[in-house]
Amino acid sequence: MSKILKYVAGAIATSLPASAALAAWELNMPVGVTELSRDIHGLHMLIFWICVLIAVAVFGMMIYSLVKFRHSQGAVAANFDHSTKAEVVWTIIPIAILVGMAIPAAETLIKIEDTRDSKLSIKVTGYQWKWHYDYLDKNVNFFSTLRRDHDAARQLHSGVDPNSVPNYLLEVDHPLVVPANTKVRILLTSSDVIHAWWVPAFGMKKDALPGFVNELWFNADVPGTYRGQCAELCGRDHGFMPVVVEVLPQEQFDAWLKEHQQPAAAAAANTNVEPAATTVAKAE
Amino acid sequence: MSTAHTHAGHAAGHHDEHDHHGPEKGWRRWVFATNHKDIGTLYMLFSMTMFFIGGAMAMVIRAELFKPGMQLVDPMFFNSMTTMHALIMIFGAVMPAFVGLANWMIPLQVGAPDMALPRMNNFSFWILPFAFTMLLATLFVPGGSPAGGWTMYPPLSLQNGTSFPMLIFAVHLMGASSIMGAINVVVTIMNMRAPGMSLLKMPLFVWTWLITAYLLVAVMPVLAGAVTMLLTDHYFGTSFFQAAGGGDPVMFQHIFWFFGHPEVYIMILPAFGIVSEIIPTFSRKPLFGYDAMVYATASIAFLSFIVWAHHMFTVGMPLAGQMFFMLATMLISVPTGVKVFNWTATMFKGSISFEPPMLFAISFLFLFTIGGFSGLMLAMVPADFQYHDTYFVVAHFHYVLVPGAIFSIMAAVYYWLPKWTGHMYNMKLATWHFWLSTVFVNVLFFPQHFLGLAGMPRRIPDYSTQFADWNMVSSIGGFGFGLSQLLFAYIVISTMRSGVKATDKVWDGGTPQGLEWTLSSPPPYHSFEVAPEVK
Repeated sequence: MSKILKYVAGAIATSLPASAALAAWELNMPVGVTELSRDIHGLHMLIFWICVLIAVAVFGMMIYSLVKFRHSQGAVAANFDHSTKAEVVWTIIPIAILVGMAIPAAETLIKIEDTRDSKLSIKVTGYQWKWHYDYLDKNVNFFSTLRRDHDAARQLHSGVDPNSVPNYLLEVDHPLVVPANTKVRILLTSSDVIHAWWVPAFGMKKDALPGFVNELWFNADVPGTYRGQCAELCGRDHGFMPVVVEVLPQEQFDAWLKEHQQPAAAAAANTNVEPAATTVAKAE
Repeated sequence: MSTAHTHAGHAAGHHDEHDHHGPEKGWRRWVFATNHKDIGTLYMLFSMTMFFIGGAMAMVIRAELFKPGMQLVDPMFFNSMTTMHALIMIFGAVMPAFVGLANWMIPLQVGAPDMALPRMNNFSFWILPFAFTMLLATLFVPGGSPAGGWTMYPPLSLQNGTSFPMLIFAVHLMGASSIMGAINVVVTIMNMRAPGMSLLKMPLFVWTWLITAYLLVAVMPVLAGAVTMLLTDHYFGTSFFQAAGGGDPVMFQHIFWFFGHPEVYIMILPAFGIVSEIIPTFSRKPLFGYDAMVYATASIAFLSFIVWAHHMFTVGMPLAGQMFFMLATMLISVPTGVKVFNWTATMFKGSISFEPPMLFAISFLFLFTIGGFSGLMLAMVPADFQYHDTYFVVAHFHYVLVPGAIFSIMAAVYYWLPKWTGHMYNMKLATWHFWLSTVFVNVLFFPQHFLGLAGMPRRIPDYSTQFADWNMVSSIGGFGFGLSQLLFAYIVISTMRSGVKATDKVWDGGTPQGLEWTLSSPPPYHSFEVAPEVK
């Protein structure tokens, strides 16, 4: 059942304009580069078209009534005020549609929550207003902040035209680097207020909570640079803490990792920077 | 009335004489108001004032977002504007407008002389100007207004400066006012209905307000509890929401949304009631499925208590929790759908005319349904991971609240204003107001769906250039919508001052039902001095 629905949703999805994420006049959710994001996009299109069908029926009926039964055209009102049959029908049909939507949604949700068998774990810590990435057991960690030139351009009365800055507000000094075709687990926490880590092309968004650890996973199959933003209001510069992820082929990633691995002593010194509050495990 | 006075003895007899004085003169009439119509008028005018103040803040937001780059305000002030806009529109514009309508219409519709508790009624109104003066005063304190969002999520909200305790106290006052208003509605409806008016003969506006009043009494204390815990976390060393002391910031969100979701229905159930009054009048046909409407309203109210966590799907809940809240949320669309179908069936085979109240009701019907569709999409948890905290959500709740709640309030004003003032308003101007509002509200909010789907987060003062085009369209719609509302203020105020005399029935061409149309326009100061019989 759900396979058929997915197929239908996918077929319809491809018929809608789903151009590159950076296009202007964008109308729809772009298709992502992970299995989860494609599943989510399929669900989105499925429910969108269900809503369109219901809208055509309901709005069609309303418009028909508004046009056909106009007082100015001499329409005479009927006098019925209920119909048990009709009322039962329009209660049962929506319930059936809801069940049809809930099944594929539940399937995808179960997949999203399954973080087992990941090959790489990265701890992501939100700060006001930057991200810290820590490759667990790999001795690589660094902060990722809005790039200087973008930060200068976004100041009040900076005199810089945002259109002259490529990827305005979506560029960082040190992007997160991950291998392609690998299940990557992100452990999320925060050192101050609540943030949310979001890369639309991966289909996943989750809150970074101070004192608790949340997790999400993704497996990107197309190398490239993917951009997102903090999605939970976190204070003055909430709009200026982008997430940039570079997905590299495995060999290039290994080389990158080796290059950035620090000597053990430096790494130990670095861990002192980490907030103490993040050691509490999320109980739920 | 007279028998009641005989039993009550001398004091009541004295009161009886006083009754015939009519309204006091000058400012005493308003400050010491105990008359349901005077207090209703105060509520409505207060609401309109707040609507324009909150609207001015929305104009600041749309002006800053008109194009990419920071042009006008500091990001912190922008955050204050989004926070204050929400607080003022929710607690200052929409809720008081519905309480004002309840004050005016419930005694008229149930055949009572006044509200049951007139002094408490006075108190519940007069708290509001103080609460909002305090809230607006935060604009001038060091550190500026609250900027952590109207949801006041800790730890962020605890970073507010001087404005923090002022916000908490203002919220407490608004809550107290709402609770008193709600109790008054319940007591009036339960005790003061005209003989013969059984519960299932009540007009739907009365029904939806009765259910709304119970929601208010149930959840406003929860909000008060949540903000009090914030206060003690900030000043008295407690750790309800601080992990370092064993608390949990997510617990605040659970408590807040346990208030917040019923609050959503507090702002829409009375709208359902209004639309259910107006559509039959101008379709010249009885409301389709009255009983089903009552049961659907009650079901929505019940479900509103068990769906709160759909506002927080991204906080990291257990799978079972997410499933439950997804299914419960989807279930709400069933009774809501029943309502939309019933309104459509009311118009079907009717004889429809398009006076301003009907125009707003029809617009409500279409645009609220669009808000319902996006709500259904948001209920799907996996898809919500993409939609959450983007402009898609902003578009969704503005569709429900502006062409939903606010259009219903405007429909109600255009429907009952001639009854209240005794004057007919300028229909042509009101029709202009309708078309301008309906066109601009869509130019304003529809593109925000696209922005959200393309990936623009909410509550940001500046954005990547890919979002520039639709933001500019949305801002143009915003300015147009804002300006159009000046027309509304002009129509209402000029009709209060003068106008063509309205008849008792007002809508002579239509089929208005209900006791309010049996009274003169404007109605006598003490509405029904003799209770009417309802058959």
